[in-house]
Amino acid sequence: MNYNETQIKAVKEFLYKIADDQLIIGHRNSEWTGLGPLVEEDIAFSSIAQDKIGQAQHIYEILHSLGEADADTIAFTRNAAAFKSCHLVELPIGEYDFSLMRNFLFNHAEQIRFDMLANSGLEPLAKLAKKYRGEVKYHTMHANTWVRQLGKANEESHARMQTALNDTFNLALGIFEESEFADILKDLNIFPGEKVLQYKWIEAITPLLEQSMLVLPESSAWQPVYGGRKGFHTEYLEPMLEEMGEVFRLDPKAEW
Amino acid sequence: MSSIDPRINRLDLPTNEDGKNVLDELEQWETYEVFHQKKRGDQHVHVGIVHSANPELALIMAKETFGRRRQTANLWVVKSSAVTASDYEDQDIFETTPEKTYREASDYYCMDRIRKYQQEHGIKDRKEDRRKKKDLDNKEPVKKETAE
Repeated sequence: MNYNETQIKAVKEFLYKIADDQLIIGHRNSEWTGLGPLVEEDIAFSSIAQDKIGQAQHIYEILHSLGEADADTIAFTRNAAAFKSCHLVELPIGEYDFSLMRNFLFNHAEQIRFDMLANSGLEPLAKLAKKYRGEVKYHTMHANTWVRQLGKANEESHARMQTALNDTFNLALGIFEESEFADILKDLNIFPGEKVLQYKWIEAITPLLEQSMLVLPESSAWQPVYGGRKGFHTEYLEPMLEEMGEVFRLDPKAEW
Repeated sequence: MSSIDPRINRLDLPTNEDGKNVLDELEQWETYEVFHQKKRGDQHVHVGIVHSANPELALIMAKETFGRRRQTANLWVVKSSAVTASDYEDQDIFETTPEKTYREASDYYCMDRIRKYQQEHGIKDRKEDRRKKKDLDNKEPVKKETAE
């Protein structure tokens, strides 16, 4: 890669954003381990959480090859302001309807992003996107199946899923907060931009929500929750990071 | 009554006079039998059950419960209630009288005739070759040991 300094900066910011989202939602989802609504779902949701953390680790390794610290140090020693994740992923797990809907909205954005990245000019990222295609596909299948079931099962489940959608939608729009480096990434053929992704995302989730008898908020009411990509976070991220890195920080040099 | 599953105990469900938990019918999902296929073309083998509200969700559950630690090409799920099973009380219908050994596959000795036919027609028995090679492979280290 013969990138200049600004281009490298753009690439790093982009990688941090993707990996941080995955690490944080992965950790949040793992908080359901042992508490899932039934043992089969407990296993499935925990595996999905683990997959996301694994994907984040892989992206941190790419960052390491670009001169950043090693994956564990990146994951466990930064404070909230250094994280580029969106607010959607950092909120507490809430009830299962909230966690499922968050996962549904996030997974579709992730799947489309990975599809776009499969043709990326940044080769290690393109390879990674292809490698995890199956994992990410299962994550969206899982989310779709649950949302379809609960959207239509009975009055209570429908009402709860609609509320969950209303509560998470503006947060999910925060996934697509545009970077100041967007043009550079586009010129380098690395990523076409968050607006393109958001458009494709709406196209993908609209029919699925309709099948589930759920209603997307009117576009006039959309108020994207931005800030996460710039390091501004809710009060929930820092305590989560403290807990997540607690063991690592006891002895950062320990061999695992 | 406490369950061996901690998550049931955590639910703190109300109990009947007999001490059993009161569960609405809806809280008890149906079970689906899961059949696992290792490679395309192989037979599907029964591996266990999952709980689910519908067949699609059963597949999603089965993928992680039974597909994640082994090679998998395909899964089937079938509602347990769709299975018609024979009765264990009727297990005697499968028994056969001792003198009717001809009913059992193990009673058919035909390899000598097959080998004779192969020799007469110059057909190579590949299975036999493999068996000989395997025997040879197994014997070799023993030979070395005695030589030393």
